[in-house]
Parts: sequence; C-alpha cells; structure tokens
Amino acid sequence: MTAHAHTSHTKLIWKVFIILSVITIVEVVLGIAKPDILHLTQLLGTSPLNLLFILLTLVKAYYITWFFMHMADEKKNLRRAVVWTAVFLICYLVALLLIEGAYLHEVLGSLTRW
Amino acid sequence: MEVTIPTNDTGSWNGGDRSRPLGASYGKMMMWFFILSDALTFSGFLSAYGLIRFKFIETWPIADEVFTHFPFLHGTHAPMYYVALMTFILIFSSVTMVLAVDAGRQMKQKKVVFYMFLTIVGGLVFLGSQAWEWKNFIQGSYGAVQLNDGRIIQFVDAFGHQIELEKFAANSHSERVQHTKNKGLWFVEETALPPLSLEQVITGFKTHPGITIRTEEIDAETKAKKIIPRDQAMAYLAEASNVVKGANLKVNEYGKTLFADFFFFITGFHGFHVLSGVIINIIIFFNVIIGTYERRGHYEMVEKVGLYWHFVDLVWVFVFTFFYLV
Repeated sequence: MTAHAHTSHTKLIWKVFIILSVITIVEVVLGIAKPDILHLTQLLGTSPLNLLFILLTLVKAYYITWFFMHMADEKKNLRRAVVWTAVFLICYLVALLLIEGAYLHEVLGSLTRW
Repeated sequence: MEVTIPTNDTGSWNGGDRSRPLGASYGKMMMWFFILSDALTFSGFLSAYGLIRFKFIETWPIADEVFTHFPFLHGTHAPMYYVALMTFILIFSSVTMVLAVDAGRQMKQKKVVFYMFLTIVGGLVFLGSQAWEWKNFIQGSYGAVQLNDGRIIQFVDAFGHQIELEKFAANSHSERVQHTKNKGLWFVEETALPPLSLEQVITGFKTHPGITIRTEEIDAETKAKKIIPRDQAMAYLAEASNVVKGANLKVNEYGKTLFADFFFFITGFHGFHVLSGVIINIIIFFNVIIGTYERRGHYEMVEKVGLYWHFVDLVWVFVFTFFYLV
C-alpha cells in the first residue's frame, strides 16, 4: 500500500467500517448490561469495565487514524512526529491531572457532609 | 535568492532538502500539525473533566440516568441508544468521506461529488442530533430540589425509580408571578419561575407516603445513588432552597453543576468543530462540482478536508467514551 497507488481501497474501507461498528456495538451492549463482575470490581483504581472501554476506544482511534486518515501511508517521520508527540503529551497531562484530582478528593472528601 | 530544486513531484513540500523528510505536501503536513494541536486542546478539556470527576468521584452524576431519551419513545428508559446512533452517524459520514478521498485519488469527479454530498448530509444529521440531545438535557426529565448548600435531592418511588415532581406535587394555585422590568423596579428582573414551587413539592411529598429521596452520593458497593429512608428525608427537605428542572450552566437537576458545565463546553466545542467541518466540506464540495481539482490535476484538497473530518470523528469517539460509557 503506497501513498500514490491509484488502486481503489474500497474493500479495506468497508472492512475498517465493520470493525469500528462491531467495537461500538460491543461498547454499547456492555454499557447497557454493565455485568457486575466487570462493573463492581476494582482494577488499577477503577473498574475493569472502564479499562475495557478505554482500551476499545484506543483501538477505534488506531483504526480511524491509520486507515481513514491514511497514517499508514505516510512516511515514518511524519507519523512519528504526530503520533508520538500526541501520545507523550497526552499521557503526561492525563497522569498529572488525574493524580491531582484524586488528591483533591482525598483532601476535600472529608469536608463534605452527606 | 532563487534555489531550484529538481523534483518529480510537484505536489510535495520542497522544504530545502531533496530528501523531503516528511514526504507530504506543505498543506497536508500543516493539517496534520493543526490536528495534533487541536487534539491536545481536546485532551486538555477531557483531562480537566477527569480531574473534576476524580475530585467528586463519590457524587458524580451517572450518565445512564442523565441521557435516557430516544426520539418517538416518550417516557421509556433508553440509555445510550441515542448516543450510539449519533456515533454511527458520525462513523458512517467518516466512511463516505474516506470513499470520497479514495475516488479523488482515482480522479473520479462524479464519485467524489456523490460521497462528499453524503458526508455533508451525515454531518448535518449529527448536528441536529446533538441539538436534540442538548434540548433534552436543558429541559431535564424528573426535576429535583436543591438544598441551601447546593446539593441536589431527587425523588424516588418505592421501587427506587426516579419519579417526576409533577407526579406527586400538590396542585395548589400559586399567586407568585415572575417579576419583569415593566412591573415595579425597572432595573430588577428575575429568571423564569420553576413550574412548581417548593411548597407544592414538599406538601406533595408529605401526602404521598410511598416516595422518598436520594442524594447525589454513590454507594461504592452497588454503584447506585444512595436512597435515604423516608423518616430521615424531612431533615434534608427542611434545608431545601429551590426547585430545579433541567440543566444549565448554573444548576443541574442531575447533580453536580460542573457536569453540566463540562457537558456543554466539551460537546459544544466538538459540535462547533463539526459545524466548521460541514462548512469546509460544502466549500470543497462546490469546488469539486465546478472542476477546480480536475483542472489542478489532483484532489489533495479533498484529502486535507478529509483529515479534518476524520479528526472530528476521532474526538467524538473519546467524548463518547468519557461522557457516556466510563
């Protein structure tokens, strides 16, 4: 698969669409059913269900970026410049803010009366 | 100083180096870096949402109880279906966009026109759906009572299901009218009065023995809102300050006002991206029709606007996860 090949990729596009649809349907079914074993247990500070949702979202993001946005066809340099910058900065930001959020909860939680 | 660089690809960015490290045209590369910066903006918003959510982890509204509407199905509890439909609409318009890009690479003008048209229609349908979602959120579903310290109290029946205030509130006629500028002091006005007064709700609560209240607090064991036994409920209602119906930037019947603020801000910002995407798509659509890119010899402009459109879809995938699923 090269950037300037003038062959049609229609088949690949529909395949990616089916993959994205199946993932979305799985997410929606799990989101409605919320199986207790996944929803009410704890894993890495949240429920396994939430981790599964985040994982499936990242898979969807991969398919959209790689095949719909044709990142797979770009030169390695462009791909790394865009993807790694985003991955590194977003992980950094999310880690800091979630740690601070948990800290705020710890400090303020005892001050809230229910 | 004019430097001529031999190049066999006129569409590429010849940034002073024959090796062309990024191998993409100037426009396409800039679109990628714009998308990168926009992705960082959105991740800033979503992680700020994460921070506030972690801060109020025990009292945050449960999305399943907030977004429960579906067109033509009144009164049914349909969590997630509508937003899943919206996701499919956006994914499908992404597919038609990538089909337009694919047709453009093969120089098939008619096909590009057709797929661009479908993409624009998909974008408009999505915008309409989002407007409907906002309308439901703003109008609210059950109504609640806010206490003096800002906490939200919701009413539930004997089965623990939320019930509408109208179902039990006393039907007393109120003489209280909204104060407008043309009556009394011209510099004083107030917002629209809630459909029910606090007295009506509390009187109704006292006369209906089957109902009780629940607070915003989430039971860690069952991940459901804690229901307060009826004999303790009046202690809460004694502190009631006003009746809340629906959600806006100042108050939210579903719980934390910040939830409404983030919802309006993030989905609004995303919706604005969709709107600008639709407008850019329409401009490119007409350019395709009048044959601009046919004369130029390539359809790279369709690819660039396609990148933006797919990015909008990509952001929605994350908004969907963090607002509706997690």
